Amino acid sequence: MSSTKFISIEGIAKRYPAANGGATTIFEDLWLSMPSGEFGCIIGHSGCGKTTVLNILAGLDEPSEGTVIVDGQAISGTSLDRAVIFQSHALLPWLTVMGNIAYAVSSKWRKWDKAKVRGHAQTYIDKVGLTGSEHKRPSELSGGMKQRVGIARALSITPKIMLMDEPFSALDALTRGTLQDEVRRVTLETGQTTFMITHDVDEAMYLADKIFLMTNGPGAVLAEIVENPLPRDRSRIDLHKHPHYYALRNHIIDFLVTRSKTFTATTPNHDPRRVPVVRPQFTEAPTMPSLTSALR
Amino acid sequence: MIQSLRFRAAVVSIAIFLAFIGVWHLATRSTASVGTMSPEYAKLMGLTATSGKSAMPGPLDVGAKLWEHLRRPFYDNGPNDKGLGIQLGYSIGRVGLGYFIAVLVAIPLGFLIGMSPLMNKALDPFIQVLKPISPLAWMPLALYTIKDSSLSAIFVIFICSVWPMLLNTAFGVAAVRKEWINVARTLEVGTFRRAFTVILPAAAPTILTGMRISIGIAWLVIVAAEMLVGGTGIGYFVWNEWNNLSITNVIIAILMIGVVGMLLDQTLARFTRMVTFPE
Ligand SMILES: Nc1ncnc2c1ncn2[C@@H]1O[C@H](COP(=O)(O)OP(=O)(O)O)[C@@H](O)[C@H]1O
Ligand SMILES: [Mg+2]
Repeated sequence: MSSTKFISIEGIAKRYPAANGGATTIFEDLWLSMPSGEFGCIIGHSGCGKTTVLNILAGLDEPSEGTVIVDGQAISGTSLDRAVIFQSHALLPWLTVMGNIAYAVSSKWRKWDKAKVRGHAQTYIDKVGLTGSEHKRPSELSGGMKQRVGIARALSITPKIMLMDEPFSALDALTRGTLQDEVRRVTLETGQTTFMITHDVDEAMYLADKIFLMTNGPGAVLAEIVENPLPRDRSRIDLHKHPHYYALRNHIIDFLVTRSKTFTATTPNHDPRRVPVVRPQFTEAPTMPSLTSALR
Repeated sequence: MIQSLRFRAAVVSIAIFLAFIGVWHLATRSTASVGTMSPEYAKLMGLTATSGKSAMPGPLDVGAKLWEHLRRPFYDNGPNDKGLGIQLGYSIGRVGLGYFIAVLVAIPLGFLIGMSPLMNKALDPFIQVLKPISPLAWMPLALYTIKDSSLSAIFVIFICSVWPMLLNTAFGVAAVRKEWINVARTLEVGTFRRAFTVILPAAAPTILTGMRISIGIAWLVIVAAEMLVGGTGIGYFVWNEWNNLSITNVIIAILMIGVVGMLLDQTLARFTRMVTFPE
């Protein structure tokens, strides 16, 4: 198994039957890979198929064509190795915080006794800062706390991959910020491989090692892979002070505002198996993103 | 504010009750207009005419009789003279048994229909045809095949309480939020465990609502069923007292049917609240 391809999405397509009897292609021939321990973010306009990609990766949805290989094995269906953090947090409202996490823990380790399950769950409740709220029900928690439970539940089963579908988009800016810090800290600590969808450019720049840019659907393609030039020990507060910050930000914004619409028409030779990798950086000359490694 | 609303509602309720009793009392009070009818007719009409007393008992008669019943609810002087408690006990027993069997059938079947689109489609025509049939229409068939009046009544209770539970269970199970199912799927929870740990708690409020509708219908139907099959039970009691022309007992029985029906409904309402979760 090559370490650069811990996750390998190989030529997947998703089609839905169309009204006229044909089929609508949401995307096709999509190739994407990520090494172990990396944080990948996918950015694109609404409806381009990001959730579909993530659900296929989770095993909740099936591709019309192609395969997904994780850790050297083609996936079939869902797995405890791939934990999902849902946008709507998806906590079971009849269970307490402890109950929700213990449910996940006891699903993974079926032979564990109650005390062991609770002890393990408690570790993760503490890790996301929910100590003292173990016996609350989801309806008694704020949006941010609910999402913390969702994160603790995903982490508690020590998955190989964490999949997050716009996990913070329903939260206020302040809560979102603290949760981003939390996720960054935890993923760095544990070396967790993470794949996340976001709408928020700053979120992607803060969290991601690689940012995958998707064009508009239908017929969306993965246009570019942006390597994050910001240092690994970056902090959310003074992210914008870094010299590369605006180069990176402008590059992504420019893609979302203009190039995502016209990319397919203006780039006829785009090879979906060899997506260009760029590393936008600050240069003294007029700000032009430099193409470092066009081929992989 | 809430407290005062509750208090005012109680005052109005009591006022309505007293007004009703008052009007009832006035309407059934003895009238002294005996002389105007022919003696033969007066004799034929019995007490009603001779003493000028209305055939309709007044609240005081009913109250006195009710007190008598409440003091001795469980006496048994042979087939046609049993205490009110015994008669109600028979009815509650039949409802309980028929209803319990209906729960055993409706909830697993409802799960099957709710979880399997195939079974949903396959069973739909049968349910659509069987559901609108009046439960009492089954009575002759039940009497003919089962050959036991008490068991037939239980069967009728079963058949009338099964539909609301079945449909509500199927609906509740099918309507469980996709995201909760997805949580179970990503945790590789098997079908059986998923049914008990996710679908059952999620659908429980809807299932209990169906069970509450069912117990109400069962209690409505048992009275009619017992009038038909006779022997024992509160329905039979009403019919028997009507044949005895004891309107007082009929009124008392009606009151008791209402009170027991309310208690059954409240019990199920309490269970429903217990399984309802806030979101
Ligand atoms: N069941 C479905 N039937 C038909 N089209 C669907 C279905 N589910 C999703 N789509 C379409 O697939 C496209 C991609 O959806 P999605 O992956 O949710 O987009 P994103 O998450 O990027 O906003 C959308 O245009 C949506 O309309
Ligand atoms: Mg989406």
